[in-house]
Amino acid sequence: MILYRALILEPVAALGRYSLLLYHAFGSLGEFTSYRKNLLSQMLHIGLESIPIVALAAAFSGAVTTVQTAYQLVSPLIPRSIIGSIVVPSMILELGAVVTGFILAGRVGARIAAELGTMRVTEQIDALEAMGLNSIGYLIVPRVLAGVLMFPVLYIAASFVGITGGILVGHLFGFVPAGEFMEGAREFFQPFDPIFGLIKSFVFGFTITSISCYKGYYTGGGAEGVGKSTTEAAVTSCVFLLVADLILAATLL
Amino acid sequence: MIRVENLDKQFDGRAVLTDVSLEIFEGETLAIIGRSGSGKSVLMKHIIGLMQPDRGRVTVDGTDINRISYSELRNVRRQFGVLFQGGALFDSMSAYDNVAFPLKTFTNKSDAEIDREVRVCLEMVELPDVGEKMPAELSGGMKKRVALARAVSLRPRYILYDEPTSGLDPETSNTIDVLIKGLADQLNVTSIVITHDMHSVLNIADRAAFIYRGRMHWVGTMEELHGSDDRTLGDFVRANEYQIGRTNGRPAAADDGETGKADAGMTKPENM
Repeated sequence: MILYRALILEPVAALGRYSLLLYHAFGSLGEFTSYRKNLLSQMLHIGLESIPIVALAAAFSGAVTTVQTAYQLVSPLIPRSIIGSIVVPSMILELGAVVTGFILAGRVGARIAAELGTMRVTEQIDALEAMGLNSIGYLIVPRVLAGVLMFPVLYIAASFVGITGGILVGHLFGFVPAGEFMEGAREFFQPFDPIFGLIKSFVFGFTITSISCYKGYYTGGGAEGVGKSTTEAAVTSCVFLLVADLILAATLL
Repeated sequence: MIRVENLDKQFDGRAVLTDVSLEIFEGETLAIIGRSGSGKSVLMKHIIGLMQPDRGRVTVDGTDINRISYSELRNVRRQFGVLFQGGALFDSMSAYDNVAFPLKTFTNKSDAEIDREVRVCLEMVELPDVGEKMPAELSGGMKKRVALARAVSLRPRYILYDEPTSGLDPETSNTIDVLIKGLADQLNVTSIVITHDMHSVLNIADRAAFIYRGRMHWVGTMEELHGSDDRTLGDFVRANEYQIGRTNGRPAAADDGETGKADAGMTKPENM
């Protein structure tokens, strides 16, 4: 019975609540003009303020990929330009979006859940509703929209910085000269790769912000509840990010 | 006029409100009294449609608020000002912005008009100088007063107070009581005060409704309350008087006084 509850009933109930929340969020898109100021501040929090940490992580992952590729393919028979043709698509197809995703799940997901969770347990959400405001439209729609709009920007920045990191480390440490790296990158470049990355980043932006909003909005039980939803928001966002990553790769590539 | 008819509400199979009926008349101050956990706050949340009843209905001026669309419900809610237990101030905004928020959101007033309104509201709660402060910098009593200023900024017809004096020292509690009474007279509003503080009730209320174990046990005027020979009501009032004696004129500040202990194990539905 406990297993049935934990494995079937609760996930189904959670999915139902999540879907209803999204239904109401989409339903309040019409009133969006009244909440657009919120969108700008959320775009700032979710997007611009995340750029330094996303860039740092992307630069390191680009650099490490270059070093590892060079290490694995060390042979006089393989042209060194192959490093560029492996690192660039890896960054564009997978690492740019996933590294950004994990960082945002921690940074933005936790922030959203803690903010909304605190508002819930201190009755601020009830206060908004009691005033006659649509709390979902006011709190959730701007956050999810900001996530969907800013994630692609962060993804582009991450990919760019990651590739630059790869080129720099490859060049400076003598694994591959910058020219050869770029040559390899150009040779195997597929125009669909960045489109796929962008599609992925829209989906990731939506997944992270909507799950975190859901966790925060339905927080219960005081300070402990806020802590719990914050952790759950970050963890659940990461899990569904991986699931979405696999589904997208399997269907679109 | 607000009418609550045969309201039932359960949480996880546990009855919190059972067959509760109540009428709240225009212009009066009604105190809803009872022990902690007796269902008072749940009843309040039903009155503004923050919770849906399992059975029964709530009508505001003849409109059943559970049978109207969400946007109509929001219009009904705009006639209400609500003072939540902890104030529920938006902690990302200054006190001034909290009071200005409903005016900016729901009216087309110019900035100058809004500024004037906000100052009037802050004057009304006798806190003209705290506008720039953030909620975290305010004391419990000040938070409640700023929240009250926010609740009245749109000149509501009804004001709901959820435990307005709980957690406050006797002097601040008296100030809040005076404010509630003053606002009721000045703005000619209908006030509904959820409380377990009998001292407050005696100061401000025209009528009282006593909820006991989720049922409406007794409703009457203050004169009727004094003359009532109902034993359960008498016990509740006497327990408060005992507290008043112990704390020199005011009931114990926190919720967990004599009256709360019996129900300490009960789930607080307002937290669910």
